[in-house]
Amino acid sequence: MERCRMVFSGSGGQGVITAAIVLAEAAVLHEGLMAVQSQAYGPEARGGATRSDIIIADETINFPKVLQPNVLVCLTQEAYNKFYTIIRPGGTLITDTRYVKTQRKADALQKEIPMFETVMDTIGKPIVFNICMLGTLLAITEIIQPDSVMKVLETRIPSGFLDMNREALGLGMQLGAKYK
Amino acid sequence: MDKNIRFIQGNEVCVEGALYAGLDFFAGYPITPSTEIAEHLSSRLPRKGGKFIQMEDEIASMCAIIGASLTGKKVMTATSGPGFSLKQEALGYAIMTEIPCVIVNVQRGGPSTGLPTSVAQGDVMQARWGTHGDHAMIVLTASNHQDVFAITVEAFNLAETYRTPVVLLFDEVVGHMREKLVIPEPGVIPLVERLHTSVKDGVDYHPYLPREDGRLPMSDFGGVHRYNVTGLFHDMWGFPSSKPEIVQGLHRHLVDKIRNNVNQIMRYKEYYLDDAECVLISYGSSARSALHVVEQRRPRGERLGLLELQTLWPFPYQMIKDKCKHAKYVLVVEMNAGQVLRAVKRAVGDPERVFLANRVDGVFITPTDIRNILRIIMGKGA
Amino acid sequence: MAIKDYIRERFFPHLWCPGCGHGIVMNGMLHAIEKLGMSRNEIVMVSGIGCSSRISCYVDFHTLHTIHGRALAFATGVKLGLPELNVIVPMGDGDALAIGGNHFIHAARRNIDITAIVMNNRVYGMTGGQFSPLSGYGTKATTAPYKNIDHDFDIAQLAMAAGASFVARTTAYHVKQMTDIIRKAILHEGFSVVEILTQCPTYFGRKNKLGDAAEMMEWFKDFTTPIGSKAKKENDDLIERGIFVQKEIPEYCEEYDKIIEHAMKGS
Repeated sequence: MERCRMVFSGSGGQGVITAAIVLAEAAVLHEGLMAVQSQAYGPEARGGATRSDIIIADETINFPKVLQPNVLVCLTQEAYNKFYTIIRPGGTLITDTRYVKTQRKADALQKEIPMFETVMDTIGKPIVFNICMLGTLLAITEIIQPDSVMKVLETRIPSGFLDMNREALGLGMQLGAKYK
Repeated sequence: MDKNIRFIQGNEVCVEGALYAGLDFFAGYPITPSTEIAEHLSSRLPRKGGKFIQMEDEIASMCAIIGASLTGKKVMTATSGPGFSLKQEALGYAIMTEIPCVIVNVQRGGPSTGLPTSVAQGDVMQARWGTHGDHAMIVLTASNHQDVFAITVEAFNLAETYRTPVVLLFDEVVGHMREKLVIPEPGVIPLVERLHTSVKDGVDYHPYLPREDGRLPMSDFGGVHRYNVTGLFHDMWGFPSSKPEIVQGLHRHLVDKIRNNVNQIMRYKEYYLDDAECVLISYGSSARSALHVVEQRRPRGERLGLLELQTLWPFPYQMIKDKCKHAKYVLVVEMNAGQVLRAVKRAVGDPERVFLANRVDGVFITPTDIRNILRIIMGKGA
Repeated sequence: MAIKDYIRERFFPHLWCPGCGHGIVMNGMLHAIEKLGMSRNEIVMVSGIGCSSRISCYVDFHTLHTIHGRALAFATGVKLGLPELNVIVPMGDGDALAIGGNHFIHAARRNIDITAIVMNNRVYGMTGGQFSPLSGYGTKATTAPYKNIDHDFDIAQLAMAAGASFVARTTAYHVKQMTDIIRKAILHEGFSVVEILTQCPTYFGRKNKLGDAAEMMEWFKDFTTPIGSKAKKENDDLIERGIFVQKEIPEYCEEYDKIIEHAMKGS
């Protein structure tokens, strides 16, 4: 497989970092791939734009940070403003229509997707916005199977919330398929 | 899915390694970026009957593990920059009294409060010379999770073998990133257990009289042998003494037991050194960027190699001299102003072929940073 | 077991000055231990740095002579490591309450079963007579040649405020009371503090013109009184002796054992 370098960005509380960990963990535990995940810490992580880097590959990953992502996800305007310039030319830039107004053209496949809106219309709980985003991303990039993500979620969240997460992931998959 | 595979942060890997090595007592104090070690151990240790205590400060944490070690426990504390500074006096006490313990320092930017959440490797010299007086130190590091695990186990083994504190010098990048770890089955990595004295009850036990092989069998507090432990220079009974021959003898013993075993303590990894025209020397997370450059440039015919140090102290001067013998250039890659650089210059003999690629701005050193320096060294312009 | 058997005669003579109160305290402590019939192997003595801390070198227990001010932190590790051991920590006033003040209040707060004996001679003796946090306003010392403007504090009150479950005070003059109090402190399950006023004729006595050792001990007799005595009501300047507090509250090591039990059930 092609080495996939991703950056998820948004604001604290959107679950951006959790989504990054779940994705990378699923790749390692359930698909036999290599992955590295890291995130910004400290005061900058407490307000403003949060960021998590994920690299997924089928061989050893040495340099663990992402300088130019093939896939950049921005879930807030601030995150978009801060990070859209780092995208690798020809990469995929996914933004949420509710939160981000794209301004300039990046040299990327820009995908403006109503993820938040869809989650709120269908499930009505903002807490699974990040899982819907993961579903969307999986449909677009096909980097790993959604089942693998579900297996990780089963170990991380109380069983009472699993169905909602499964629904959000499926919702994201459908949404992503439309924007592929 | 293999039940032994984990996808966790480096700090948690250190916890797994310590538990594998038989850790049963941890004392600590919250500090970024090492806090996750304390958090995980507060949950994990009591589950196996071990003990975790959050002390009132960094100094107390260091003291508490030394106390617990004397009761026969395998002990550890973890900290970062400022906390490591605070622990230095008690660390020297553990050296002087020859009490096995492991001290983790997940480095951050310094001096002072510095950059609490950013990466740096500026404590290499402090780890060597932080406590006062002449002494020897064992300081280990690693760059990836599998190695962090193994080197943590190794730290406990060396602490027991040489009856000395061992410092694990990790850094923010390795401590906080998540990647794959395969936990070996018990027994795969051999463990060194506490060497207890065979001296029977009623027979004189000399706590500070080394055996012929230099090792000092211990007797746990609460056991049949009562003896004194002191940070003063002391005789074979552990009783204070300032007799020049006693002082000289203990001094030599403390330094020689480590210095004479450099080859046993030395851990390193090498990549493509056989024909390397330029040897990169690095350690900790910096070695990941260095290896990235080497792997990327090799297919283009550039004869780069990497020597990754895992034992920083005692410094493996002879090994480095040998490995760099045929190199035209040696490039030290580290995130400080050149702490290992200086030691490497001493090691190779002709320091004019030794160069430095570094960053000291809290930003993780990138392959581009290293390539830029390589270009200059090799005369290809900036 | 005879008192002599608790001593490492091999390491005598000791380094205390003639007239020093520390030997009296050591004697009182060993009598208390003897009365309890304790075996030498079940006692760990942990000390820091200073004249008083040298006690640990002279007694035939498991002894840990550590660094300045940190004895209680080391002792916490020993106690939590092997809770069945009896841990006794003799400290000087500077050791326990200046450099070690933080460990003192936190050991009290945890109520860990350690017996802390503070030998308060109101001076740093080992380094040659500098004022300590217990010297008090108006005293003289080698670092207070004009007069000391630092105020002292009350060790017993501090210990009680910090949560110690056994707090007592006595003096080097009141040897029988000292032995009795130390015995009770060792028996007490929790953090116990015993302050013992003791004389340093070499430095505190000389600098403050308090006379020789005997005169300093006379002072302990004349200027202390049992807790709540009539004399105290009449003269508030008198220093009270006796047990201020002795209460049963959960002990730290026992509490931690419950944590272990709970954690093991969960895994």
